[in-house]
Amino acid sequence: MDFGPFLLLALMEGLVTAAVLALTASGLSLVFGIMRVVNVAHGEFFMLGAVLAWFVSVSVPGPAPVAFAVALLVCPLIVGAIAALADILVLKRLNYAPEPTIVATIGLLYILQQAALSFFGPDARPVPAPFSFRIQLPWFGYAGYKLVVVAAAGLLLLAVWLILTRTRAGLIMRATQQDRDTARAFGINVDRVYAGVFAMGAGLAAVAAVLIVPIRQAHYLMGGDPLLLSFIVVIIGGLGSLRGTLVAALLIGLSDGVISTFFAPTLAKILATLLVAMVLVFRPQGLFGKRAP
Amino acid sequence: MKADRALVLHLAVLAALLLAHFLAPAYHHANLARIMVLSIYAMGYNIAFGYTGLLSLGHALLFGAGLYGAGMGVMHLGLPAGPGLVAGTFAGGLMALAVGVLALRTTGVAFMIVTLMFAQAGYLAILYFGQWTRGDEGIVITRAARAIGPIDLSDDASRYLVALTLFAAALLVNLALARSSWGRVMVAMRENEERSRMLGYNPFAVKLAALVVSGLYAGLGGAAYGLMFGYVGASLASVQYSILPLLYVLLGGAGTVLGPFLGALLMFYIIDYASSLTDAHQFVTGAALVLLVLFAPRGILGAIRAKAATWLP
Repeated sequence: MDFGPFLLLALMEGLVTAAVLALTASGLSLVFGIMRVVNVAHGEFFMLGAVLAWFVSVSVPGPAPVAFAVALLVCPLIVGAIAALADILVLKRLNYAPEPTIVATIGLLYILQQAALSFFGPDARPVPAPFSFRIQLPWFGYAGYKLVVVAAAGLLLLAVWLILTRTRAGLIMRATQQDRDTARAFGINVDRVYAGVFAMGAGLAAVAAVLIVPIRQAHYLMGGDPLLLSFIVVIIGGLGSLRGTLVAALLIGLSDGVISTFFAPTLAKILATLLVAMVLVFRPQGLFGKRAP
Repeated sequence: MKADRALVLHLAVLAALLLAHFLAPAYHHANLARIMVLSIYAMGYNIAFGYTGLLSLGHALLFGAGLYGAGMGVMHLGLPAGPGLVAGTFAGGLMALAVGVLALRTTGVAFMIVTLMFAQAGYLAILYFGQWTRGDEGIVITRAARAIGPIDLSDDASRYLVALTLFAAALLVNLALARSSWGRVMVAMRENEERSRMLGYNPFAVKLAALVVSGLYAGLGGAAYGLMFGYVGASLASVQYSILPLLYVLLGGAGTVLGPFLGALLMFYIIDYASSLTDAHQFVTGAALVLLVLFAPRGILGAIRAKAATWLP
């Protein structure tokens, strides 16, 4: 294959990565933005979404699209419920103090990972794609499902944005973000907002995982990479800024696609990690953020 | 003159460990040697986290620097084990200095993420430069290279005594440090950085120094771990090894001299016991972290100090 088509392929792969990454990272960003909580267990919510999608795909009879639709609806709800429970039982009781909270989410990470290992097992398992048409380009064939993933992720992100900016629930979330005490004084149930936001953040990670799992298999250790990449995206985009998160996801996803096609992926990861550490050290508001967090 | 209760207590712990050398069954004897080495690492973590209030999620990088400083020194430069130990210790301190100069520009959550990222980059670098580090499979240190003079570190008895010697030195230095005026300045940074600055202390310099001391401890722990147990591998520099000392310190009591050892001892046996019941030992780690921050944020010795023994350093 020539260089041009090869680059096109790399960019298309990068776009799929970027779409899923944007969804996952927006969940992390939402939780940090509104609750000021750094959720280290976010990658495990992603993993849970994928693992639950596998359980749904083997237990729901009927054609693959039906099972997939069920997974797309049910998995984020279950994962969101688990997250809300974790928020109410643990994080709320810590009063969201930064250091104990981060330690608690590390604990949560271990617990969820172990649960997946115990109930799902150590093997990677495939989940069938809902459909399998291929788009034939002049140089190569491309799985149509991957383009659907990109479109679906775009729609979901649009929905999140609409919820945040155009609905009453979004208004309440933003009010809580700006001043939790004043929000409480105006009769907003802040505890419920927090549980809801934490659930929504985890649900976004789970949706992203359900979308990607037909392309990459479900595995109990799959949460590590999305966590690291989401951190990178959220930090480069500016902690808590949803728009910055989207731009950074596109940037990181596309460059990840290109770099790991042409260079060693480990080297790419080392450089990206160091870059992010440097951004935090020298420009803590992120590359696109304007004000200090 | 009033008897120095704190010093007596620490010497008694060391005496008990010496006694255990003669009395403990072989299985526990071997465990204790490992726990003492891990405690050195945890004490280093405690100096940064417990005393100075620097919650690092990347100490595995410093532990790894010690491991590889010793392991690669022995493998590539043909160092004997003694200088290997020294090389590992300084590798840990140097790495802490490099990380500290950058990471200490941030505070709080950003500091945690930056240290986590540096450690992740370090871990990936170990895998990437497998040509020298032997990446995933790790370096097996031969028996011949594991001797400090006439002391053979692969022999159980001498390994225990060397571990105890290093542990005793680390513990007593830690005790002296905690009771010195400098130790109090570290605590002042943890409690109120702004007020300490107003009193004329330089927070950056104090925190950097604390981090370097912490790195020397972590480096010594790593080097000793590699040389004593004969294996240096990337898995020992993974994020798990950043969380372990945090867990030990939280359990034993942050900001207490004996806390890291007590935490390491208890956690080692809790996981050991849990492993005999179920293979879900990660669950134990996770549950311990969550339960500790929820119900016992001061740890065992921290709670004892608050209730009964205010003299505990």
